[in-house]
Amino acid sequence: MRAKSVRVIAILVGFAALALTFYILQQFGLRPARLLETALLTMTPLAFAAVGEVINEKSGQINVGIEGIFLLSAVAGVYWAEVFNSGFVGLILGGLVGALLGGSLGLMYTFGKADQVIAGLALNILATGLFQYLLMAIWAFPGIHIFPRELVIPRILIPIADFTIAISPVTLLAFVSAVLATLLLFKTMLGLWIRAVGEKPELLDVAGLSVVRVRLVASIFAGFLIGLGGAFMPLGWFGGLVKEISAGRGFIALAAVVFSGLNPVIALAASFLFGFAEGLAYTVVVTPGVKEAVPFHFIQMIPYLLTVAVLALFPTSRRFPRTLGKPYVRE
Amino acid sequence: MLRKSPKNIYIGRLLFKAAESALAVLVGLAAGALLMLAYRYDTWKAYSALFIGAFGDIEGILETLAFATPLILTALVFAIGVRTGLFNVGAEGQMYIGAVAASYAGGIVSMPPILHLVFATAFSMVAGALYAIPVSALKTYRGVHEVVSTIMLNWTAFWLAQYLITYVVADPARAERAVPAAETARYSLIGASLTTVFLVTLAAAGLTYFIMWRTTAGYEMRVVGYSLRVARYAGIPINRSFTISFLLGGALAGLAGASQVLGRPPHWTVFATMGNIMYLGFEGIGVALVGRNHPLGIVLAAIFYGGLLHGGRFMEFQAGVASEIVRAINGFIIIALAVPGLLDIVRSRLRRGREK
Repeated sequence: MRAKSVRVIAILVGFAALALTFYILQQFGLRPARLLETALLTMTPLAFAAVGEVINEKSGQINVGIEGIFLLSAVAGVYWAEVFNSGFVGLILGGLVGALLGGSLGLMYTFGKADQVIAGLALNILATGLFQYLLMAIWAFPGIHIFPRELVIPRILIPIADFTIAISPVTLLAFVSAVLATLLLFKTMLGLWIRAVGEKPELLDVAGLSVVRVRLVASIFAGFLIGLGGAFMPLGWFGGLVKEISAGRGFIALAAVVFSGLNPVIALAASFLFGFAEGLAYTVVVTPGVKEAVPFHFIQMIPYLLTVAVLALFPTSRRFPRTLGKPYVRE
Repeated sequence: MLRKSPKNIYIGRLLFKAAESALAVLVGLAAGALLMLAYRYDTWKAYSALFIGAFGDIEGILETLAFATPLILTALVFAIGVRTGLFNVGAEGQMYIGAVAASYAGGIVSMPPILHLVFATAFSMVAGALYAIPVSALKTYRGVHEVVSTIMLNWTAFWLAQYLITYVVADPARAERAVPAAETARYSLIGASLTTVFLVTLAAAGLTYFIMWRTTAGYEMRVVGYSLRVARYAGIPINRSFTISFLLGGALAGLAGASQVLGRPPHWTVFATMGNIMYLGFEGIGVALVGRNHPLGIVLAAIFYGGLLHGGRFMEFQAGVASEIVRAINGFIIIALAVPGLLDIVRSRLRRGREK
């Protein structure tokens, strides 16, 4: 596994760069604790989506509609949070809406033999329209919705070294999900089936198991995790809904998946690095001195350019399931 | 009974594809109706306002064509990609760059009348094509999947365009928009807000047809799209086909951006929010699929979808339904088209019916 060690080294170098950045920031009298908080918030939706998508791709399915699931589960999460007057219930129900959408995509892939990239892109287009329609239909206000502050899932204070940082419990859940996904994929029977169905679906078929069912389970799991990420953005982070809420994050998560070579823990680490880049962008934007010298437009580009750069530096080929993106047709 | 001559088979296949698209459109409209019913809107009133507004009179039809113009171009970008075996969703970003370039060449540079228009159009097309180079290089040299790289570069283009609108092509008198195109760089008016840029767009569609179906380069691109293995066996330079596909797409996307600046009254410019051009690139994906990735089909599908966009405003005004639902309908239509299984079921039912 040479390719894997290259990735692990890359991640370690990334974290070293990160530590250096913290040190430099401290020398400039900035507060790295704030930066770490932002980075952890930013990484959470990416991590959920990346871990979910790893499971999905292991089973031979691609979901480029992560962005769309983000948007719709965010609306659903806020709606249910207001109905039940609890941010946490909203988050879970938002996740279930994500599971529903992921499952629908799975149905289209398996029974409908749909083109997976086109179906995913369609979900994105559908979601951008539906998002604004629902905002108008539910709250009768165009383009933005702010919900009561109490519904935001409260953060917990955790002391690290000589300072304390506020972390959303949902972020911790994202870390746990990566571990659980690893256990699921590599230590359980279901995980074995999921991996087999991506690599050699005909084997599963011969063994008397249903290819369709295993793929559906994988896409529902993936949808649930992506939905949690989507519902987290308003409920655990922004405290409101705007139409640009996903801002390409679904595709950044996809890039993290590609980079990870379908390993949930590496995907989690990659999400953290991408999240850190975005958090750094936010922090630098408001830093006096930098604000005047560099227009914030260029700093806003950092996460996107970093994503492309990482994909360009670590090309991935022949490390993906053999049937990725292809429907199974019994011979 | 029709005889199975090659011509009849060809026409039959064409009719079948048109029927498939029509069925998908119906599925989309039905899904939209369900959505409206779910929130107790007056569905009939909404749809009749939409279609009468879009196609009811000459004024409406001309406006619909004006809405269709950029969609034809962005749909061609996606279609050329699909024909070459690529999912090129970079039209959105390349269009932003094209629009800002048009604003610069048309509003800041000054030149004699006709020359200015030609220069501004060409300038934006070149800008769009230049912005496609990174995607093309990433694909051919590093094997980066074009969906991820184009989306990332779309967002980069968004911020780049925002920067350029604020600092380079800013209108000192009006903060909410970029500098409008000068009189010398505007396409002349046909009626409503339709300008002669529509004719340029039709010519671009014709030219795309010519390149893809009547030249060697186009033939090679289509072979690459049909099967990489066949292309490799035939010794076709695959990377060259990819590059041509991306650059041609970039130029057309640039023209799409220019069409909204040089050919769209009353503003003749880009808003600072870019609200007047946003999503045109993504909407082109649906148009291309409904038009079966063929220039002629795309022109027809774009007119239909332009009608939805234009009529959506009447729907919002008369029935209170947010016009963005049109985009959701577009999504449903694409999903219906992306699921060949759905249409296969219909087809097998039809066949069984005929055999009885």
